[in-house]
Amino acid sequence: MSHDNVAFHREHMLPEAPPPVTETGVIKWLRENLFSSVANGLLTVVTAYVVISIVVAAAPWFFNGIWDSPSLTACREMLDGRTGACFAVLTERWNQLLFGFKYPDELYWRPTLAFVLLFAAIAPVLFIKFLPRILLIFTGLYPFIAYWLIWGGSIMVPIMALLGVLFGVLVYRRTLTVSAGVAVLAGIAGAMVFWWAAGFLTGSTAGFMALEPVASRDMGGFMINLMLGVVCVSLSLPFGIALALGRQSNMPIIKWICVIFIEFIRGVPLITLLFVANVVLAYFLPPGTNFDLILRVIIMITMFASAYIAEVIRGGLAALPRGQYEAADSLGLDYAQSMQFIILPQALKISIPGIVNVAVGLFKDTTLVSVISMFDIVGMIRGPILASAEWNGVYWELFGFAALLFFITCYGISQYSQWLERQLQTDHR
Amino acid sequence: MAAEAQMKVSDEVAVEISKMNKWFGAFHVLRDIDLTVYQGERIVIAGPSGSGKSTLIRCINALEEHQKGSITVDGTVLSNDIKNIDRIRSEVGMVFQHFNLFPHLTILENCTLAPIWVRKTPKREAEEIAMHFLTKVKIPEQADKYPGQLSGGQQQRVAIARSLCMKPRIMLFDEPTSALDPEMISEVLDTMIELAEEGMTMLCVTHEMGFARKVANRVIFMDQGQIVEQNEPEEFFNNPKSERTKLFLSQILGH
Repeated sequence: MSHDNVAFHREHMLPEAPPPVTETGVIKWLRENLFSSVANGLLTVVTAYVVISIVVAAAPWFFNGIWDSPSLTACREMLDGRTGACFAVLTERWNQLLFGFKYPDELYWRPTLAFVLLFAAIAPVLFIKFLPRILLIFTGLYPFIAYWLIWGGSIMVPIMALLGVLFGVLVYRRTLTVSAGVAVLAGIAGAMVFWWAAGFLTGSTAGFMALEPVASRDMGGFMINLMLGVVCVSLSLPFGIALALGRQSNMPIIKWICVIFIEFIRGVPLITLLFVANVVLAYFLPPGTNFDLILRVIIMITMFASAYIAEVIRGGLAALPRGQYEAADSLGLDYAQSMQFIILPQALKISIPGIVNVAVGLFKDTTLVSVISMFDIVGMIRGPILASAEWNGVYWELFGFAALLFFITCYGISQYSQWLERQLQTDHR
Repeated sequence: MAAEAQMKVSDEVAVEISKMNKWFGAFHVLRDIDLTVYQGERIVIAGPSGSGKSTLIRCINALEEHQKGSITVDGTVLSNDIKNIDRIRSEVGMVFQHFNLFPHLTILENCTLAPIWVRKTPKREAEEIAMHFLTKVKIPEQADKYPGQLSGGQQQRVAIARSLCMKPRIMLFDEPTSALDPEMISEVLDTMIELAEEGMTMLCVTHEMGFARKVANRVIFMDQGQIVEQNEPEEFFNNPKSERTKLFLSQILGH
């Protein structure tokens, strides 16, 4: 080939062409993914063998399962030597697994209704782009409704609590012109004063529209895990954001308070915090005060989760380019506005996987309360159910069921978060 | 300064910087800067990298704090008071080298956010203003897209429109074309030229000497944190006085 003429110029630009049509279909997929080499083929065969043997071994246990029997002994008789599970424990102790063993039977509808309403309450938050904003009002009312349903008592208590919150918000709005910090403190003080005053009123109207009260110590089962999980996750997110921003603050006192809080709480095992909630906290409270155990546990778990979420969000804040802060500043947005509209939406989006990680971990950690003698689902299984004469020895079915409940919830959270991340994807990289 | 008196286009002072000094730690970035910018003036600031030219214009809207001397913007002395700073920032638009659009907001939302929340403009009106300026920078059809879907040149024009929506009295440009592909530089420069022709007060840090020749009524050359030379563009390019300026010009115009 001669090289004497390399000059070239193109008359027509080439049009876009489709990619070459290559073989497609199942065979290609199998060959590429499972049998791409001898070693891979061997691994595929071995893996398939292991999976099939597990299924073959577990299937009879599952399918021979007895769903209706009064006790383990009766169940074994019915199985008559065959391999099989005793799922009857789940049906027979269903209510105990869900509500604990002291919650009054005739009131089961109340936590059940609260659970159903929970979906209506969180949907407007989870799908904020697709549902009308007005529904968020129900989300705001839900905590008070749920409290009234689960604990019972006069409706005046949750109503006064709600009014206290509204009063605090009003005070906050009125004092906002002075400074944001003052307004927050004034708002909290306003709510406190309102609740203190309302205490006298609720005392005298104890019977007004009252549901039969149920004490915290009578609650149990998966209900406790759900309650702690939902309340602590929803509280720890705002606290975590506040701590993360506080840690970045230019004001040294705020910064150091946040740093010390985060580092201390993260350095302590959750179980010690729970023991503190259960036992030690009582020493610090004035004698005679009856500080609800569930409330104490909620405070401790929330503190614990907030510290972790704060660090996750700090990572998101650090990942934002400085230019975003500068662009917000250069437009004249003040600190609160630039955080609300520019910095936090982006930082939180980056932090979603980390936040979900903490949330899922926290939800599963709620089973730790069984150690401080609360009868959550694990507490129920280890205590009243396994200790009973009828069901002593049914481990797989019970713990498998508990695992399944947690798995469904956590997998749901994980799927939602991945969907949310796709929704928020606007950078088109 | 006699030359300055000739160059000014109005008597109204937009920015007054006197004996301003700034340090980054122990490093003395800006030394005794004296500069008066009149309303309607177009100033191009040039100089080698590290000469403090970006820092200088970032001091004008308090993105950087100065330690000595004073800066007066539009009659207000820059102080540490946060309300004062926010007010000045809302009067001074800034365009960055890397655009710094908000990637999670659409183009329209990028442009309406500050007018709505800082100027308290009603949403409808803010959107009308935004569309007006987006039309002006010739990308009204991109209003509902996200910044990530636009080319660099388009993003920079959006950034200019975003600043203009605040109806600023002064515009600062911090190397607005340095991060762009050569083919996109001219569309951004065209927008800036148009803005200059309308009489906007502009301070541009740029290496685009063609732009400086065309629109500037003053070129400032900085080196080692000091203003080394300033003159009208004709004189500055054809007849530079200082040796440092001559060297700089021979290097950037040499090929």
